[in-house]
Amino acid sequence: MVDYTKEIQERAKRLLEDKKVDAVIGYRQGTVPMMNEPILVRETGKTDQLYWDSFCGVNLANYLTKRKERLAVVAKGCDSRNIIIHLQEGQIKREQLHIIGVPCLGMLDRRKVWAKLGDKEPLLVREEGDQLLVSGRGFEERLKKSDFLQDNCAICIHRNPVLYDELITDPVKEPQRTDRYEDVRTVEAMDSGARWEYFEKLIEPCIRCYACRNACPLCYCPTCFVDESRPQWVGKSLDPTDVRTFHYLRAFHCAGRCTDCGACERACPVGIKVRQFTKKLEKDVWELYQFEAGMVLEGRPPLDVFLPDDPEQFIK
Amino acid sequence: MIEKILSKKEFNDWLKELRKSFEMIGPKTQGEQIDFAPLAGDSAPELSFQNSRLSPKGFVQPASEKMFQFTVNPEDPEAHILKEILQETSSRLVVGIRPCDARAFNLVQLNFVNPDIQDPWWRQGRERLTLMGLGCSNPCSTCFCTSVGGGPFDGSGLDLLMFDLDQDYLIQACSENGEALLKAGPGKTSTEEDQKKAAQLKTKAEESIAAQVSTDHLKDQPLLGLFNAPFWDEVQFACINCGTCTYLCPTCWCFDIQDEVHGLEGIRMRNWDSCMYPLFTLHGSGHNPRGEKVQRVRQRFMHKLKYYVDKYENGVACVGCGRCVQFCPVNIDIRRVCQLMNDYKAN
Repeated sequence: MVDYTKEIQERAKRLLEDKKVDAVIGYRQGTVPMMNEPILVRETGKTDQLYWDSFCGVNLANYLTKRKERLAVVAKGCDSRNIIIHLQEGQIKREQLHIIGVPCLGMLDRRKVWAKLGDKEPLLVREEGDQLLVSGRGFEERLKKSDFLQDNCAICIHRNPVLYDELITDPVKEPQRTDRYEDVRTVEAMDSGARWEYFEKLIEPCIRCYACRNACPLCYCPTCFVDESRPQWVGKSLDPTDVRTFHYLRAFHCAGRCTDCGACERACPVGIKVRQFTKKLEKDVWELYQFEAGMVLEGRPPLDVFLPDDPEQFIK
Repeated sequence: MIEKILSKKEFNDWLKELRKSFEMIGPKTQGEQIDFAPLAGDSAPELSFQNSRLSPKGFVQPASEKMFQFTVNPEDPEAHILKEILQETSSRLVVGIRPCDARAFNLVQLNFVNPDIQDPWWRQGRERLTLMGLGCSNPCSTCFCTSVGGGPFDGSGLDLLMFDLDQDYLIQACSENGEALLKAGPGKTSTEEDQKKAAQLKTKAEESIAAQVSTDHLKDQPLLGLFNAPFWDEVQFACINCGTCTYLCPTCWCFDIQDEVHGLEGIRMRNWDSCMYPLFTLHGSGHNPRGEKVQRVRQRFMHKLKYYVDKYENGVACVGCGRCVQFCPVNIDIRRVCQLMNDYKAN
């Protein structure tokens, strides 16, 4: 097995030394277990800060928006798909970018590890093959990584970068397209009252910190609709109407663009399953247009164009 | 100040008794987390927790608080006249609050209740509360209270401080209010043996806090030197400018006042706001003095670790609860930033 961290460091160093890029965007090891921090490395001497493990869930496409310099960026499958969307939507230029592709085996969810450990606090978390070694005061546990994948990673079918300039290792085996929408269908099957209740309960803990929005590479509007003040479209309190408006509209803004990278859900400080909204839209776009966001650079996403054979009647 | 020893049964009975005089607030499981909430009926506080996800600051400064009401009905002679919405004043007992979160009220109070400003909403909210804190026998790895003037058994913000001695609670009075309550309550005077156990618990907890953050040079650092320090560029890179740190923080107090009108009736309210948001500082003219991310990130740390320090001479505006360290989605760690600020030497 290739040492991902070492590969990323070496490739970053070479790119900076050869002056192919002005900076490299990657991750550095976090200050707490199961967290890593996005960093921008400009100097060859600092490439040894770059790091990789199964907790690199932050989507780095989010850090490319409107940047002017020549950048190398570390990209998993989902990051690369969001880079494609960024390119299609004019947020960055292809010639500025050098994509260091990282075949991904799925990111792990620290909440699931916490839930498994209960009262025990993990102080040191290491990986060994398909195992996660977790230890803390007076305990040590060996967990099977595949049991702790982020929900979106557990159903991911595009682990390999779609667009890249170099890959740090051979592509990994892609899982077969499994049923990605079991949970969505459960919600679809509910009557409208039950569905309303389901969504009400889902967003009940929301504190409107906007971590979901801000962690999302798609949310780059110079002023988000919830931040418009002249006129103000959405109220600022925790009034359920306003909280709903935020979540529903944000999701609709992502329709046909969301890659299900899971950054929103990962960022939420109060554990809201934000993907329940975006997944329904992803399913609709798949069923209506057989389209997956960010898979090809050419062409336009379906909600960006009009075609006479559009399946929706209202638009004809 | 007196202290008493109560068996856990005596303690639970006492809480029931105290419900006659107080609305009970305590830690309660809500979804995946523990948060402070009113404890309805006879439901007991869940006291085996490390810390709540959200700080209990919302009981003094709610996320959304109605201040005034008004009508915009042109027929009404009182149209557009603001009328204060009277606040609840009934007493509340917060059981199980952590010493850091209680101490946060003391730090924030300097901003809301001082010789220049008397914020009636904040003051009334605070005056309703009696704080029965639970000392931290098992601090989190992200805790650094001992570096910022507090401690896992620091009673400075509390009325009463509980030590969990397995079978019993040793309860110390930390204020006159707390002393009066404790005197009237059950339990017996603690023995030397109890006190020894409590002292051991405290020492063990203090020693288990590994994180050491230095704040000793912050006051002497030249303000503009820190403001213009080059490290902000690195610190800010990962930040996504969400409000997680500010909303989870027990000492972040910023708010926004809004009017909302439905039909002919209006409410003036104040809501939590965050210096991380561009809208927080957007002027009516369209100018934004903190339009760039780096300015906003710098503001949050400078406010807590420099401006507050200089203005109130009361140490840093951080109690070391570690919530922002734990829940920042991109791992911006205030302990690291504080160290950068403290160690900074301008060229």
